[in-house]
Amino acid sequence: MNLLGPLPYLVAGWLLLVGVYGLVTSRNLIHAVGCLAVAQSSTYVLLLTVGFRRGGTAPVYSDTSPRSVVVDPVVQALALTDVVVGATVTALLLALVIQLHNRHSTIDPDRLNALRG
Amino acid sequence: MSRTARIRLFWGAAAVIAALYTMACLRLPHFGTAVHPYGDRAVAATLRQRTANTISSINFDQRAFDTLGEESILFGAVLGATALLRRTSHDHNTRPRPVRVLPSTRLFGALLLPVALLTGIYIVAHGQLSPGGGFQGGVVLATALHLAYVAADYRALQRIRPRELLDQADAVAAGAFTVLGLAGLVAGVAYLQNVLPLGTFNTLSSGGLVPVINAAVGIEVASGVIVVLAYFLDQTLFATGPAGGAFRKKAER
Repeated sequence: MNLLGPLPYLVAGWLLLVGVYGLVTSRNLIHAVGCLAVAQSSTYVLLLTVGFRRGGTAPVYSDTSPRSVVVDPVVQALALTDVVVGATVTALLLALVIQLHNRHSTIDPDRLNALRG
Repeated sequence: MSRTARIRLFWGAAAVIAALYTMACLRLPHFGTAVHPYGDRAVAATLRQRTANTISSINFDQRAFDTLGEESILFGAVLGATALLRRTSHDHNTRPRPVRVLPSTRLFGALLLPVALLTGIYIVAHGQLSPGGGFQGGVVLATALHLAYVAADYRALQRIRPRELLDQADAVAAGAFTVLGLAGLVAGVAYLQNVLPLGTFNTLSSGGLVPVINAAVGIEVASGVIVVLAYFLDQTLFATGPAGGAFRKKAER
């Protein structure tokens, strides 16, 4: 019980560090974009952890009483924003990777060190 | 910076972050705490605005201005991906070849495509009532359309995908969100304030401005995702530049 207090927060921190480790050691930019998504998913865990209320249900009142106990809806809305921004950024980054491959014929970040017009 | 130096730097920084973050976590309110002052206020405001889905009320009513920023990010990303992946002159425009698929697969696609599209429309339209909304339903709509590609071939997808229309729908829907906010100014209150009649709680027309903005976002997300996927698919299937060729060869192997 006591361990469960900070554990979900620590899971979020671990996800962030694992994602950044993947970014730092990546040898393939598509893999790096995936690692960025992992690092970003830590924010989902953090937000939902902050908003969880013991015994709470989803904050949607179409089929529950308006007096029922619900989890915090503000962080859920933030998580939705987070997912949308994450997906669009991933799409944009993958488009950039395709262009890089067109220009330099490699997507290994360690070999992308020469400037080219 | 060399690879080993970079990894050493990461471990140093990670140790500091891990230590400080753990110390901070131990002092935070524990997981599952009953005290949520913002949540309680948001729920009260939602019920006052007669919107059954609190998330939609927060996104399209209480924090509508933030969501305007969010959908501008979405629009900007679609625009950016479009600009990056546009067809350059050395890419030849080849016609997609028809592909043989099992008749049962084709039938499955033909039957489920309308069902999947209807599900998407349902999720957008009921955003103010049940879980879902413009963002989620839009993605369902966009992926539903690609059932044609999965179950048949690229020509089938091209036939049911009005690309120019979707390009325009994306821009119009993104603009519609901004224009809808002006309703508040016309009524003499704040920008994006919910000024439409709120209706009866838990009915399709409840929530005032929420279902309208929801629909605009649904159209924008659906068309935006379809347009971006169209550029990615073109890049994979037809581009004859170095990357297109490389990616295609890998896909064929």
